[in-house]
Amino acid sequence: MLDRDEDILKAAEDWQKAGHGVALATVVETWGSAPRPAGSNLVINDDGTFLGSVSGGCVEGAVVAEAMDVIESGKPKMLEFGVADETAWNVGLSCGGTIRVFVEKVG
Amino acid sequence: MKLATLKELNTERAARRPVILVTDTASGEQRLVKATDFAADPLSAELSKQLRMGKSGNVEVGGKKLFLNVYAPTARMVIVGAVHISQALVPLARSLGYDVTVVDPRTAFASPERFPDVPLIAEWPDVALPPLNIDHYTAFVALTHDPKIDDPALLHAFARDCFYIGALGSRKTHAKRAERLKAHGATDADIARIHAPIGLSIGAVSPSEIAVSIMAEITATLRLPKEHKEAAA
Repeated sequence: MLDRDEDILKAAEDWQKAGHGVALATVVETWGSAPRPAGSNLVINDDGTFLGSVSGGCVEGAVVAEAMDVIESGKPKMLEFGVADETAWNVGLSCGGTIRVFVEKVG
Repeated sequence: MKLATLKELNTERAARRPVILVTDTASGEQRLVKATDFAADPLSAELSKQLRMGKSGNVEVGGKKLFLNVYAPTARMVIVGAVHISQALVPLARSLGYDVTVVDPRTAFASPERFPDVPLIAEWPDVALPPLNIDHYTAFVALTHDPKIDDPALLHAFARDCFYIGALGSRKTHAKRAERLKAHGATDADIARIHAPIGLSIGAVSPSEIAVSIMAEITATLRLPKEHKEAAA
């Protein structure tokens, strides 16, 4: 109720209608101090354009790259980012939290 | 997500109706539950809890892990009365994420100098309120202490089913107000919805402290399950 959201879901719908491949990424779980709460959305199109956020900017790049695969394959993916994860050394959360991000294709 | 689901989600959001998207994160299977269908849904208890908290989260049902994503409208606050308390209440409400609008027909009160950068409408409630499309996700606060302004504003708040309605004034003032509002067709149930004297009882003295007590009462109304609200009031 108190979450301000610029209209990224409307953008996803518009991209899809304009013929783009579109993916939707959603934070589904967080542990420790995570910058964005569960339910936060990031939308990505096949240009690599993205809106919204699933972290404070720490892992968006990796999510966008995975989203390209999801747009291609149509199969949803669950991603995990955090300090315990190998990828943390590359794209970890500087805040020390862990997040799980569900990425799915729209359409 | 199916395009039809996304369209439906956007339609409901644009209409300021809450929806919850239920996703089986293993299979990607999804369904959208609209506000009108919450009560009859098999996940009714979980859905209403998540909605009340305004929080998305995971539940496990029948061995399936489901993610409940809550899309609830942004809460709004309409303050009738551009008074000293309102000057403290506006920034407080905003810091809690509310979209705030201030209404007061008295231009000496409703001046941009006193209320910089907040939507300010210097009109009577019958003109100012209808275009605001006030709905359930609105906290409605009447602070002018003037029956000519507060009374019609409160009648409007009843009609729009605001989740919180509060009005400034002592018990005595409120008793008189209740009589006047009933003469204008308000029911006992309507009157019972007004929080008056306004705010939690925290011994507030200054305008800022009263603003804190009002904001705390609004938060309690928003977040606590029904049976706990009396205890907090």
